[in-house]
Amino acid sequence: MAKGAKPVFEKSPTGIRGFDEISCGGLPRGRTTLLCGGTGCGKTLMAMEFLARGAMQFREPGVFISFEETEEDLKKNFRSLGVDLDRLMERRLIRMDYIRIDRSEIEETGEYDLEGLFVRLAHAIDTICAKRVVLDTIEALFSGLSNPTILRSELRRLFQWLKDRGMTAIVTGERGEETFTRYGLEEYVADCVILLDFRIRDQISTRRIRIVKYRGSAHGSDEYPFMIDSSGISILPITSLGLNYPVSRERISSGIPRLDQMLGGKGFFRGSTVLISGSAGTGKSSISCSLVNSACSRGEKCLYITFEESPEQLIRNMASIGMDLEKWVKKNLLLFYAIRASYCGLETHLVSLVNQIRSFNPKVVVIDPVSNMGVVGTRFEVKSVLTRLVDFLKVYHITAMLTDLMHRGEPGEATSEDISSLVDTWIFLRDIELGGERNRGLYILKSRGMAHSNQIREFLITSNGIDLLEVYLGPEGVLTGSSRASQEIREEMERLRLKRKAERDIREQERKRKVIEAQIEALKAELETAVHDRELMITEEKERIAEKGRERDKMALLRKADVVMKERPVPARNSRRIAK
Amino acid sequence: MTQPARGAAVRAAQKEEVWVLKLYVAGHTPKSLSAFSNLKKICDEHLAGRYRIRVVDLLKDPRLAKGDQIFAIPTLVRQLPPPVKKIIGDLANSERVLIGLDIQPAGRSAGKRKES
Repeated sequence: MAKGAKPVFEKSPTGIRGFDEISCGGLPRGRTTLLCGGTGCGKTLMAMEFLARGAMQFREPGVFISFEETEEDLKKNFRSLGVDLDRLMERRLIRMDYIRIDRSEIEETGEYDLEGLFVRLAHAIDTICAKRVVLDTIEALFSGLSNPTILRSELRRLFQWLKDRGMTAIVTGERGEETFTRYGLEEYVADCVILLDFRIRDQISTRRIRIVKYRGSAHGSDEYPFMIDSSGISILPITSLGLNYPVSRERISSGIPRLDQMLGGKGFFRGSTVLISGSAGTGKSSISCSLVNSACSRGEKCLYITFEESPEQLIRNMASIGMDLEKWVKKNLLLFYAIRASYCGLETHLVSLVNQIRSFNPKVVVIDPVSNMGVVGTRFEVKSVLTRLVDFLKVYHITAMLTDLMHRGEPGEATSEDISSLVDTWIFLRDIELGGERNRGLYILKSRGMAHSNQIREFLITSNGIDLLEVYLGPEGVLTGSSRASQEIREEMERLRLKRKAERDIREQERKRKVIEAQIEALKAELETAVHDRELMITEEKERIAEKGRERDKMALLRKADVVMKERPVPARNSRRIAK
Repeated sequence: MTQPARGAAVRAAQKEEVWVLKLYVAGHTPKSLSAFSNLKKICDEHLAGRYRIRVVDLLKDPRLAKGDQIFAIPTLVRQLPPPVKKIIGDLANSERVLIGLDIQPAGRSAGKRKES
């Protein structure tokens, strides 16, 4: 059937978390759905949840016909899931009928039909104007009655009857050896078949659901893990989420100012996923708690999922480095969710984490350490689960910090490679052993969408919190701890020496300048004298010439000579004419 | 059924007391009609004078189906003498009806009993 095809018939939303997503809207309205699976796979529960949610959320009353459990048993079972059937029945939203079929007290002779069942069903439906019907499990008829020919034709009639009355029905059936149901019910229910499965591997069980068939509708065809918890079934079809989630440009502080500086000065993007890798004792949890502390102080809710440490222990440890997480817990801003990784299967973890996140609705989620999931699954499975988890967190704009415990001696960054492609920012913590000390170094391996520092910083955990310091690159590599301290002293002395030298140099220059200035002054004076002398000489010469002239005139006068005519300048004949 | 009542019923049965039979039907269908006539014939033959048949039409009151856990039609319920026994079908095979109801055939030995 073509994906994305327009649904031929209307759908009835089930309200079961995740199911309406994988079935593109719910069960076929007015049709019968076959729900099959082995013993204890959750058939009855799912069918009942379909009715209960239909009654509570969609105002569609429902009839539950049970062939296996008595009404009292069913009520007890559903009370444990927080569904008060008594109340729903009082409000005429649910009606139950238990049909007991005991082969030992029944004798068959001649022709019969199941009209009695029809009458009871019709009565139940009419009493509360039901829209939904569950028959759990109708196969009991086969074990109670010996004439399969009659049964088959009656079942066919029953399903047609349900269809004619427009009932959205669920029929449950026990899984057969090779067929979906032991008695081949799938033969009669042609519209929708759902298979539940309950598998145990490595002592850990996982429940799965698959829509085998859904006539006239697109549906997810994968096996989806699901979980039964205190509020019913939840399915996590995260593989259908896709990558088209909105992204934020908002930045949030990591709670460590120097780290924010390294991340382009502003910290992480909201809704991004941060991976912190490091071997034991490098401070992964401390960084995570810093993020949580700063988020809580902004009034944002945080969920801290811990696979290793108990919440009390974390609170105590963080108090020793100046972070009071307890007050956030009391203010209901911080929720710890502590669970052993080996407590359940990966898929169940995924579903329970998602349920926790959905119910608490945090802005920041920490998973510490995510690498512990490897205990209960293969590399591939862990990646698959984390991909869905990260997608989920991104869709809901939740900033996530995952810590990853690496083991010493492993080839560093390769261990986290599987999940590193999923994360936006990858911070790496490492031990730096030098001069008989072990110190912590921090650097940012990648950080998508922001300019980030390429420097290794020394990472200090003090009683006032976390601080990052510059590290020094010496001939033997990065210097930290006391090596850094001695380097600092050396640098300080060098600085002082340079400072003094510079002062000396400046004084020397000043002196030189002054000398030159003095020389300039002297030369200026000399120049002035020279100019003055020259002017004097010119004047004297003029006066001398004038005197000489006067003397000659005087002599001429005395000799009575003719007056000498002054020479006139001759005009230049060959002066250049401007060519036109 | 309460214990004293049950005891009384057993004693009554021992004294060959009245048989109380209920036939559940849903409307007057051919199967129901033939079940009733078959039953009448068997009772007249083997329980002459000491039986009572009550026909319950579920279409008239569907609530009555719950008490005797009726799902197939027609269903014959032997209420007395205890224990309660049920036979479904149109009762065409009188041999099986006799076995099912645990009736000693009149004039004959019980023969093989309970061979279902």
